[in-house]
Amino acid sequence: MNQVIYTVTENSRIAQNIYRMTLEGDTSEIKTPGQFVNIKLDGFYLRRPISVCDAENDKLTLIYKTVGGGTEQMSRLHAGKRLDVLTGLGNGYDIGPSGNSPLLIGGGVGTPPLYMLCKKLIEKRAKPSVILGFGSAEEVFGENEFKKLGASVYVTTADGSRGQKGFVTDVMKNLQYTYFYACGPEAMFRAIDKIAVTEGQYSFEERMGCGFGACMGCSCKTLTGNKRICREGPVMKREEIIWEH
Amino acid sequence: MGALSVNLCGIELDNPVIPASGTFGYGLEFSELYDINMLGTFSFKGTTKEPRFGNPTPRIAECPAGMLNAVGLQNPGVCAVKKDILPRLAKIFRKKVMANIGGFSESEYVYVCEMLDDCEQIGWFEVNISCPNVHGGGMSFGTNAEAAAKITAAVKRAVKKPVIIKLSPNVTDITELARACETAGADGISLINTLLGMRINLKTGKPLLANKTGGFSGSALFPVAVRMVWQAASAVKIPVVGIGGVSSAEDVLEMMYAGATAVEVGAANLVNPFACRDIIQALPKAMKKYGISKLTDIIGTANR
Repeated sequence: MNQVIYTVTENSRIAQNIYRMTLEGDTSEIKTPGQFVNIKLDGFYLRRPISVCDAENDKLTLIYKTVGGGTEQMSRLHAGKRLDVLTGLGNGYDIGPSGNSPLLIGGGVGTPPLYMLCKKLIEKRAKPSVILGFGSAEEVFGENEFKKLGASVYVTTADGSRGQKGFVTDVMKNLQYTYFYACGPEAMFRAIDKIAVTEGQYSFEERMGCGFGACMGCSCKTLTGNKRICREGPVMKREEIIWEH
Repeated sequence: MGALSVNLCGIELDNPVIPASGTFGYGLEFSELYDINMLGTFSFKGTTKEPRFGNPTPRIAECPAGMLNAVGLQNPGVCAVKKDILPRLAKIFRKKVMANIGGFSESEYVYVCEMLDDCEQIGWFEVNISCPNVHGGGMSFGTNAEAAAKITAAVKRAVKKPVIIKLSPNVTDITELARACETAGADGISLINTLLGMRINLKTGKPLLANKTGGFSGSALFPVAVRMVWQAASAVKIPVVGIGGVSSAEDVLEMMYAGATAVEVGAANLVNPFACRDIIQALPKAMKKYGISKLTDIIGTANR
């Protein structure tokens, strides 16, 4: 982790309540797909943790959803704005166990970190399939970007207005895969966990204080002991998760 | 003694800046970011007899100029702290550390302090009788002068190291608590712990925190803390450690004028992990600006 002052180079709406921000600055601390950054915004006490969509050659790409005052303010920032960011936070995905045909499953704004993951998996000559799940057509984003990387992409919407009608699990149950990686709402994880036929990894969300392991605000219990979502997470292995009711 | 140094209960600090318990872990994460030996000392994560997971999540809620936390004293327990963590800390932190102790009964506070009293690297006990996030302990001792005095006396009887009692702001008269601790033999007091607070999620109409209430900290707390430090310091002769909303070198000076011998920095560490380093580096310039040649000259002078 380190503290970097980034400059916003682009910030635009790409789907309903979804924005893509690109920033310029040192990305060397972002070492693994699935890590996140924690952004200081004027007038807000706590930073805003946002997952990394891509990081390469001092260019950082974030895709975020406006869910409250902080992210709404973020969506109004213009190119040239300088942001104080703690970067390279969290463990990220372990691409080691992926096998030849890993399955990437994203739900809504959970899909962005899968982009850098997909890139890294293709670099190591795996052939990933990607399932992107949304509520309806106006929420869909990222389909072409994953296709351009060379992945097989399946889109589902709950109302059927785009892609296959239904949920990510409706596609997942008919696919063959060697391992899976998921990011999205916890309800989606539970549905995946019921039908998954391999081991896999999930990336969790929690309200955070600091984002770097100091405050113990985002702790969870796992079969391998107490973990901080921000430090030993956000990515947890399927076999260590305790699904609480 | 240097211009920044102060004496806290018989131990000299290079400077008065102390990361507050619960915002600095056991120092290990921060030691990856900067040399923590530049600190006066730090107060480690509130430690109890048994390991504790703490409260369910969400444990954090944001507020204007501050935050609520309801962590609930998550810690690995005193045995793991003594056996595993302190030896690791000894390799990176050469100074005396402040041991923050939580508990649910008089005997638990005594047990934990006794167990750590022979640790060379511990300089002080900071006995937390003011945690608002645990039930059946913590703050219930810190809001009652008689209970506070009883715990103070019991811990003092049990240990040799200086004992600082950490007080709650959630009381009618802080001077009564401060005097009770002094009379019972405390070597110092530290205040304020967090103010009891609550936020409600407008989408659900329910509290944001799983624990419903939490402790309010952050810069919004600062004027309340200065007032209470001033009141407490006026009431007792033992050293007072000022805590609450401190986030700049100027805040440190203000706390010391109010009567603080040393100053703890809490929530600021969570927003800016380099907060204490930045404050220490800014102190000489701030002192020069206000014509202060050494910090000990200003302690409590707001009262005279």
